[in-house]
Amino acid sequence: MSKVLKINKSAEESVQELLKFLLKSGKVKGVFTLRKINDNGAVAYSLVTSLDMLKDAVPLFPLMPANGGKLLSRLTLRGSVAEPVVAVVRPCELRAFIELVKRKQGSLENFLFISSTCSGVYPLEISVNGNIDKKLSQYWDATKRNEIVPDTRPTCKSCEHFLPYTADITIALIGKKDIGNKCEIFLNTEKGQKFVDGIDGEFVEGKLESEEVVSMRNKRKDEKKKLFDEIGIEKFGLKGLIETFGKCIGCHGCSKVCPICYCNLCYSDSQTYEHKPFVYEIELKRRGGLRVPPDTVSYQIGRLTHVGISCVGCGLCADVCPANIPISTIFLKVGDSVQKMFDYLPGRDVEEQIPVTTFKTEEFVEVED
Amino acid sequence: MNEKFVPRIVGFLCNWCSYAGADLAGVSRLQMPPSLRAIRVMCSSRVNPLFIIRVFLIGADGVLVAGCHPGDCHYQKGNYQARRKFAILKNIFESLGLESDRLRLSWISAGEGPRFAKVITEFTEKIKELGPNPAKEKVFL
Repeated sequence: MSKVLKINKSAEESVQELLKFLLKSGKVKGVFTLRKINDNGAVAYSLVTSLDMLKDAVPLFPLMPANGGKLLSRLTLRGSVAEPVVAVVRPCELRAFIELVKRKQGSLENFLFISSTCSGVYPLEISVNGNIDKKLSQYWDATKRNEIVPDTRPTCKSCEHFLPYTADITIALIGKKDIGNKCEIFLNTEKGQKFVDGIDGEFVEGKLESEEVVSMRNKRKDEKKKLFDEIGIEKFGLKGLIETFGKCIGCHGCSKVCPICYCNLCYSDSQTYEHKPFVYEIELKRRGGLRVPPDTVSYQIGRLTHVGISCVGCGLCADVCPANIPISTIFLKVGDSVQKMFDYLPGRDVEEQIPVTTFKTEEFVEVED
Repeated sequence: MNEKFVPRIVGFLCNWCSYAGADLAGVSRLQMPPSLRAIRVMCSSRVNPLFIIRVFLIGADGVLVAGCHPGDCHYQKGNYQARRKFAILKNIFESLGLESDRLRLSWISAGEGPRFAKVITEFTEKIKELGPNPAKEKVFL
């Protein structure tokens, strides 16, 4: 059981209220949240310090224009924020940030994290076409009815980790029938309780892990199985990989948006694989043909070995892929299997070591020969 | 099975143990198939998984990573980390339906010339059973 703050307003308004309270009372000096850019459904993450600008905040808007974890890392890469900042991010974005902090790419200091039980986000495509407003009522209806929201990202539909692990404050959305006029805000940590002290509202006790949450988790698990079966990654082999990644245009957009891919001197972006003519000649003699640009399969498998262990399954990679390669599904599946080897869940706990940075003296004897 | 098929195996051998083990096997005039292309690395943990993927896709029939026995690493713990990385790569190969049997991790110390010859012979036999790496024929680099 944890403390719950009840506000008699819609979820969106309640969170707005909470953010306004935090900023107005001076408990935080800044708010990191999604903000409207125009009336056409375009939103972007912003760090806001003025109350006036907070009016355009849409903290629960079902869109992820960039992974918030990656953005928070950019803000804190060269040093932590000097004054308290509240960040409203989705569970997978929070997990991504934790993973980046483990890699010394950001700092958690002075942050208060608000997250929500997440119904997922729509692909960016829907927003750039200006169609997202038509989808909003469908989104909230499905959330209330405890159903998987149609047309959201495939990785969102099959995400089991929709409850934030390390948020100080969690907004309960999934399966809450009356989010239209009431909102339950779970205060998970003492820090969270301290920050909301003094706000208008009713304090009660409650349990976040409700029946609805459990049933939603089962639905998502089924969906995940369906998604994996559809693509059948384990049957790929070389042929499947070439067919799948053969469509890759080599823009490397997936790695640019990936929250875990943080190296700014990427091997694949370097000139390491810009070959001399004789290399092409040898390959052509042997194979009789060459794909240009080369290295799309090795790029993707290479990325899998580098980030698979920490993939949080946010789905941005597939979202931005101009060739519609289901990268996020492949990464989710392979990531799952690699993470299971170590019973590791990326972003669960900042103290948990990344498996590749540590070892046990007695393990994996089965891979030795 | 094509008897003439001599596999090409790329071996990443650690400087301190396995490379010396290979040397010993050589000066001891032990018999082994001429299948290995040795690359000396300072430690088995130097082998970036990308190296393995790279040579596999170029068309190596097998990839061997060899280092000091656990506990004997010249750098104290390099081989433990190599083992983790290798286990992860093997898992990824299996998840993608690639032939993970073409990858092998072995511990060979500087004094184990005969073991080196045995590993190479065994691995070559295994690769012969698997046949040539299909990546060789693909229109892909």
